[in-house]
Amino acid sequence: MAKIVAGIAVSHVPAIGVAMDRGMTGTPYWEPLFKGYGPAREWLAKLAPDVAIIVYNDHASAFSLEIIPTFLIGVADKFPIADEGFGPRPVPLVHGHPALAWHLAQSLILDEFDMTIANEMPVDHGLTVPLSITCGQTSSWPFPVIPLCVNVVQYPPPTGARCFKLGMAIRRAVEKFEPNLRVVIYGTGGMSHQLQGERAGLINRQFDTAFLDGMTKDPIGLSKITHTEYMREAGSEGVEMVMWHVMRGALDENVAEIYRHYHVPASNTAAGLMILENRSAA
Amino acid sequence: MLLLYDMALERDYESIPGTYVYDAERGRMGYALNMFCMSLNKPENRKRFKEDQGAYLDRFNLTPEQRRTVLERDWLGMLKVGGNIYYTIKIAFCDGLTFQDVAGMMSGVPKETYAQMMLAGGRSPDGNRFKSCSEPEAGNG
Repeated sequence: MAKIVAGIAVSHVPAIGVAMDRGMTGTPYWEPLFKGYGPAREWLAKLAPDVAIIVYNDHASAFSLEIIPTFLIGVADKFPIADEGFGPRPVPLVHGHPALAWHLAQSLILDEFDMTIANEMPVDHGLTVPLSITCGQTSSWPFPVIPLCVNVVQYPPPTGARCFKLGMAIRRAVEKFEPNLRVVIYGTGGMSHQLQGERAGLINRQFDTAFLDGMTKDPIGLSKITHTEYMREAGSEGVEMVMWHVMRGALDENVAEIYRHYHVPASNTAAGLMILENRSAA
Repeated sequence: MLLLYDMALERDYESIPGTYVYDAERGRMGYALNMFCMSLNKPENRKRFKEDQGAYLDRFNLTPEQRRTVLERDWLGMLKVGGNIYYTIKIAFCDGLTFQDVAGMMSGVPKETYAQMMLAGGRSPDGNRFKSCSEPEAGNG
């Protein structure tokens, strides 16, 4: 039986990918951020999961406003790297896990989560930056990946509570998959940031700290934060944090916080990273 | 659930200053503008746009005001006529600008001032939560 063993929450700021791709991670600006990623990489290399589910949002790369899927799962065996307007990132192709992905698609739909299914799609920085942060520079990613996209570009995104319930359904589905796989799930995006308007550059360390604390202390309460509260308190793009709830909902009620890293700024954003392990995973 | 629905209809986020939430209203207004931006994901289109911006824009059904904001790189103006930042940023990428460059321009401060603000911990939410200068009690928890 497959099992979700751990969750990773991580911001997916495009500039972090650019810093890695251009060899700037040792500069005074970037060094403090990347130093904090080291322990997460070591932990993940040691965990050596068989497959990762990465919950992220597409940023006008695979999908435009033509069709806006609220929840989508990628079932392909490979996902090319998107050109987001300045050429594709020079990172390896992402390999999928069609057997588990199709199992998840079917199970989730029958469990009343009406997923959109993608047989072909490129993946953008929302997915590749979390991989780069946690796996480092590599010629091939160490595990196959199932992309799970959440719309946060066209208001309204799904609620945090709905995202949490999707996470619970993902867990139920994974645990019905026969092969004995160890699965890790990523919730990406956030933390506080605003990229638009006169209020661009908003950062709320207090909100972010409480949010990180809530991941272990009160995940259900945290999932009830409204979109307006995210946007007012954590910036208009801070609403991406709903995606963390998908990851959190897929874990045990009681989890252990293994690691936390928080740094301001990464371009316009407060970059957070948190590792949670199911207590039953040991 | 009824509560959430009512809140969506109220557009209560409109009380947040300096923020243009890309909701149904802006989505209806900005579709053509954002789809033009989307076309810049293709290198051949970026080339055509740079060669003759006016002619390239003729292919899209923009309003005169949307067209002006693009040609003048009025980043804040684009948001006011339905631009979505994840889309309009593609014009900036075409110009060789970064997200931080555009964020500085939208907030009306020089690049260095904006960069310094971010290094110092970013823009504080204090005094920036509500449009009115007197901040009401936060009732959104």
